[in-house]
Amino acid sequence: MARHGGSLEVKTTVLLKPGYHVNSNTPSESYLIPLRLTWEPGALEAVEVVFPKPHMEKYEFSDVPLSVFTGDFYLVTKFKVAPNASSGPGLAVGKLRYQACNNNSCLPPKTVEVKLPVVVQ
Amino acid sequence: MSAFHSRWLVAVGIAVSLVLGGCNSSKSVRAASTMPDKDRKPAPEFELKDADGKTVRLSDYKGKVVLLDFWATWCGPCKIEIPWFIDFERKYKDRGFAVIGVSMDEEGWTVVKPFVSELAINYRILQGSDATAQLYGGVEALPTTFLIDRDGRIAATHVGLAGKDDFEDGIKLLMARPSAGLPGRFVPAVLFGAN
Repeated sequence: MARHGGSLEVKTTVLLKPGYHVNSNTPSESYLIPLRLTWEPGALEAVEVVFPKPHMEKYEFSDVPLSVFTGDFYLVTKFKVAPNASSGPGLAVGKLRYQACNNNSCLPPKTVEVKLPVVVQ
Repeated sequence: MSAFHSRWLVAVGIAVSLVLGGCNSSKSVRAASTMPDKDRKPAPEFELKDADGKTVRLSDYKGKVVLLDFWATWCGPCKIEIPWFIDFERKYKDRGFAVIGVSMDEEGWTVVKPFVSELAINYRILQGSDATAQLYGGVEALPTTFLIDRDGRIAATHVGLAGKDDFEDGIKLLMARPSAGLPGRFVPAVLFGAN
């Protein structure tokens, strides 16, 4: 629930399968696909997405440690209610873009939708 | 009503479970256990474009041993293997061998061409597609590499980063065998349900 003129923080929890990592939002190599969470315009305007501190991990296929996330972690999106937001129920839709690898192979980049029901009062 | 700023932390937010399919360990067939002839299946035919826009078919390579590598510019393990494949192409191309790299980059030649130039890749690169990957069993993880014998049959499959010797031993083994001249060596894509 959000109030006109108000703000809101939403935690998005990410659960990674053991043995896999995703590149962080600030990968250490330019060829790596970063983790991104973006939100479509709507009743809520995303002001900032806060990522956790990444790990620096060394893998067999890389000469340098890579900036990654592993295991369970969460992202926090700071929203403000849009000035022209209509009162009542709505849906904030986000897209989480990630690319995961294990120690010797990589899976294609994927985008998953994140849906947040919201009621503006 | 004055502006009211409130901060509501949604403690239990949205959980996104990235339940990843695919392999979590390298599945590699050592050259010594390269599939016996009787177990080898025909490599599916494909038609893909190279960097010059030319259409390339697997059947263009009939009679040659082919190392078919599915890769992408964002794939770290792939970057380890590519210099090995450059070496193989250089050493064996005059002995009836060829490397074909199939890029699975969604961004296409925009990212692939600079990468090919940077790594001085000396073998043919084609722009792949999901349809092509499906022909070869889905190619869920990269790199996925196939060794194809002179009769167009898959002799070995490597999923994930493998050892250079694993590939080279297999290539030498396959190069030592002449083509058996088997008919219908390349299976048309249509038989695999391709659109």
